[in-house]
Amino acid sequence: MQSRKGFFTDSTTCIGCKACEVACKEWNQLPDDGFLFTGMSYDNTAELGASTWRHVAFVEKPAVFGKTEQALSQFSWLMVSDVCKHCQRAGCLEACPTGAIMRTEFDTVYVQPDICNGCGYCVSACPFGVIDRREDDGRAWKCTLCYDRLADGMTPACAKACPTSSIQYGDVEELQIRAEERLAQLHARGASSAYLYGKDAANQPGTGGLNAFFLLTDPPETYNLPPDPVVPTVVGNRSWRSFGFAVMGLAAVAVVSVLSSRAGAKNQ
Amino acid sequence: MAECHPVGFRWVMEAKDRGAKIIHVDPRFTRTSAMADLHVPIRAGSDIAFLGGLVSYVLTQEKFFREYVTHYTNAAVLVREDFKDTEELDGLFSGFQEDKAKYKVDSWQYEGVEGVVPAGGHKELLAEQGAGKSDGAPPLNNEVRDETLQHPRCILQVLKRHFARYTPAMVSEICGISEEMFLQVAHALTENSGRERTSAFCYAVGWTQHSVGVQYVRTAAILQLLLGNIGRPGGGIMALRGHASIQGSTDIPTLFDLLPGYLPMPHGAVAHGLTEYIQGNKAASGGWSEFPKYIVSLLKAWYGPAATKENDYLFDHLPKVTGNHSHMMTVVDMADKKVPGYFIMGENPVVGSMNGALQRAALREAKWVVVRDLVLTESAEFWRKAPEIQGGRVRSEDIQTEVFFFPAAAHTEKEGSFTNTQRLLQWHHKAVAPRGDCRSELHFMFHLGRRLKALYRDSTLARDLPIQALTWDYPTAGPTQDPDAQAVLREINGYTVATGALVDGFKQLKDDGTTACGCWIYSGCYQEGVNQTARRKPGAEQTWVAPDWGWAWPANRRLLYSRASADPEGRPWSERKKYIWWDAQARKWTGYDVPDFIDTLDPAYRPPKSARGIECISGIDPFIMQADGKGWLFAPSGMLDGPLPTHYEPVESVIQNLLYGQQCNPVRVEWRRRDNPYHRAWDDPRFPYILATYRLTEHHTAGGMSRWLSWLSELQPELFCEVSPALAAERNLRHGGWATVSTARGRVECRVLVTERVPGFKFRGRTFHQIGLPYHWGSTGRVTGDSTNDLLSLAADPNVNIQESKVLTANILPGRMGHVRQAALGDEVPPAPNGEVFRDLPSARSRPATPAQIQKEEE
Repeated sequence: MQSRKGFFTDSTTCIGCKACEVACKEWNQLPDDGFLFTGMSYDNTAELGASTWRHVAFVEKPAVFGKTEQALSQFSWLMVSDVCKHCQRAGCLEACPTGAIMRTEFDTVYVQPDICNGCGYCVSACPFGVIDRREDDGRAWKCTLCYDRLADGMTPACAKACPTSSIQYGDVEELQIRAEERLAQLHARGASSAYLYGKDAANQPGTGGLNAFFLLTDPPETYNLPPDPVVPTVVGNRSWRSFGFAVMGLAAVAVVSVLSSRAGAKNQ
Repeated sequence: MAECHPVGFRWVMEAKDRGAKIIHVDPRFTRTSAMADLHVPIRAGSDIAFLGGLVSYVLTQEKFFREYVTHYTNAAVLVREDFKDTEELDGLFSGFQEDKAKYKVDSWQYEGVEGVVPAGGHKELLAEQGAGKSDGAPPLNNEVRDETLQHPRCILQVLKRHFARYTPAMVSEICGISEEMFLQVAHALTENSGRERTSAFCYAVGWTQHSVGVQYVRTAAILQLLLGNIGRPGGGIMALRGHASIQGSTDIPTLFDLLPGYLPMPHGAVAHGLTEYIQGNKAASGGWSEFPKYIVSLLKAWYGPAATKENDYLFDHLPKVTGNHSHMMTVVDMADKKVPGYFIMGENPVVGSMNGALQRAALREAKWVVVRDLVLTESAEFWRKAPEIQGGRVRSEDIQTEVFFFPAAAHTEKEGSFTNTQRLLQWHHKAVAPRGDCRSELHFMFHLGRRLKALYRDSTLARDLPIQALTWDYPTAGPTQDPDAQAVLREINGYTVATGALVDGFKQLKDDGTTACGCWIYSGCYQEGVNQTARRKPGAEQTWVAPDWGWAWPANRRLLYSRASADPEGRPWSERKKYIWWDAQARKWTGYDVPDFIDTLDPAYRPPKSARGIECISGIDPFIMQADGKGWLFAPSGMLDGPLPTHYEPVESVIQNLLYGQQCNPVRVEWRRRDNPYHRAWDDPRFPYILATYRLTEHHTAGGMSRWLSWLSELQPELFCEVSPALAAERNLRHGGWATVSTARGRVECRVLVTERVPGFKFRGRTFHQIGLPYHWGSTGRVTGDSTNDLLSLAADPNVNIQESKVLTANILPGRMGHVRQAALGDEVPPAPNGEVFRDLPSARSRPATPAQIQKEEE
């Protein structure tokens, strides 16, 4: 087992250049997503998917109306590069019935394309909507954390291409320390709204913590991230228990209704 | 900068991380604004008012760096008594000749100096007389100075009066920002300048591409000189270039009026021989007094043994310019059937240049066109894929132009150098061989030259001698006979003719024909037989100045004018901003960098009256290429449109010039033709909106390198306009829907992106809305779309012929118009109902006066 690898994505230094998106597609030879003008600010790839494994969100936070420059000074344009979180408790992996989705020696979550049968259980099991099936071959695809590059001791393509160190790659323990330091620095400078998203299990129990975690300044929903993601299998036992109660309840109702209808028939 | 130079912007982010304050001045809120501490949304085209306001603030609040300004700039020098400022002449300087729409510069001169004080380079083209020429006139040593800076005609006072009306209130009105915001910038800038701190300016074509573009940069230069931010670490004015090696393409130029190393191109009507050429261009004092060494060495590199003292080193073989041969002039001449053939190499003017429809109309009139590019660009396909052809207005079979397309090798497929904006040469190696018939530019030009030489080998005509005499013998290798790029670099470095030994730098060049050098400023890039530009010592293994990474011209000096980083006695201004200093014991300049100064010149040295040439530089003259060694707050020559920057409105504006009766730059270049119509100078009801054009991170200029790649194309697939919610409401524009933007030149269809990022400009109770349009799309490639530059007119700055492309007026309507309308096809729009208005003096010419014409008229 190698050390645990991941990303720390700092949204405060993302300039929205999309070099990560392009480097990812080039290294992994991913197809384009079509040429659609979405009208979603400068974002035309819209979301993470089977062929977009890094995605830069552009969020225009509306201005407070008033004098132009005052309004603009309160206006902000948030950018952040989203990616597969490589969760400690990965919903996709736990839902996969074929064993195609595995945990690698780098503690990352990897889909083996030669085993995936395209059942799609993983798609609904991901609380972030990351993994998706490709329409042409039906199989599920997502970020591999550049498994092939890691195996050769290289940095993943997106982190390598990022000009402003918004995407940092490394040992998760070290990234966590770095992230805490950055957070303290931002707080010291008055950016009190900055926080870490998914740094560890304490921070995000529903996923057991993310190997690819983020520094954000606005609520998660602003970036189209769930505020409290929960991997379905985490609540599996509770679900089964509820299901059991439900079945028993239904059975009781059935028995009661049969008995009562018989009683009714006798009365007639 | 984050938009167009994301990789360079990493250093801004690093500076920010270390506590630097980032101020972004831009009409739009961009990715840069998102990262800045303060975004200042001034109206497009109002930068001189904004910067002039800062200059005025610095002067009136006495915030300038007095010791620096007194010693290192021309602030103390007195200007001639007959100089009249724009304040006195309502927007014109003295010397304006109405009938010629140009300036005579005599009255702008220093008091006590005979003739014109020369600016570095370009002297002959400006037809200067007197002090600039080495014709026996005394060098500049009689100027009258007032060290107290109080004399009413000393330059500091001239400057103060010139900008007196650029008050915070005036800036607020012209630029459309609040006084508080302006003062916030003024405070930040002045508090961060002085002995202990420096501020830097970064700019790109948002400053340069205006009819007053050169004066924009001049205003910044004045401001930075006043604040003592030039020649010091962390200071300066950084030009961010349009793409890789644009700096290199001016150093070893693709410009019509320059030879390598900023030597002026000889002029057919001015230069009659080498002696006259040298007299016209050699300065009597300062760095340019060494001029003969550079031109003679260049001629020796080009003509080899055939160039001798007796035959003027074959100076007569150099081509001569006969007028303005700039891009726009050439295209207009081509449209008029005066230019039969055209090479387009690594450029896509049909999309990237102004009035695209006129560019295509011109190509249709050429006999032949050669296009060398990575892909079949719109400029290669103008004859079958242009909008006017797809729209049925022009038929391919009617076009007689013969088009040759040569596939080009990419930078990874060839070796060579890039020169960045810091004048840093960085070598790149060939990673893979180009595929098929793809070849490098070097290969193409070399073999074209070889074929021409073979063709003219036996000619006895005098006109063919220049081709016969040219040295053209670079070693080649491989099956495709690729010339050795390092051999070209060695020739550029220079060598001693007799031995072939490489010289160490330009100081070893001679004017007697014993040295040869392809570009004097690059001399030293191959010193000691080592390709200095290929050095890649990591930053962590050397000092913070990193002298062992690549090679910077001149002489590997990383910071220009660095003499100014020390005080007049040669001591650093402060420990914090220490850079180079005078070592009195060793009697030489020393420090972290190679000093950009005469390295043994004592700070106490003052030239005697008898001094000539480079000896005229005193120990306190950091600007060694200037004839007077000083930074010019006021430019007695070198600028065709005035010694001081003045706010003029763009050629097409929404408002009248609030400062002067003169609306626009009086000596700008216009092409008044039916195929290039202009709007009313201001308040044109047909075109009521401000239009600004720009680039996006996702695409590269005219799209040849990005629109053919699906991974980039999907990021920005379609041409779109950016409009504010207010404009969208006013014009019924639907977010995500279609709109048509139009000017008198033509129109384009685009998608609509409604955003707060493109604010309107508020002026006296009225809001002038702004339309933002990127310009990357065209009719070929993976994604296609209309070309924004079809909307633009040809109009230019007079100094360098840069186009005005960053601001104009336009109209916008919802939906798609369908059919083609182009002024270049003769389509006209009805005249403005409120008639034409005063834009400039009535004599504004339809063609620019050429230096030769200036010379002839004056003779």
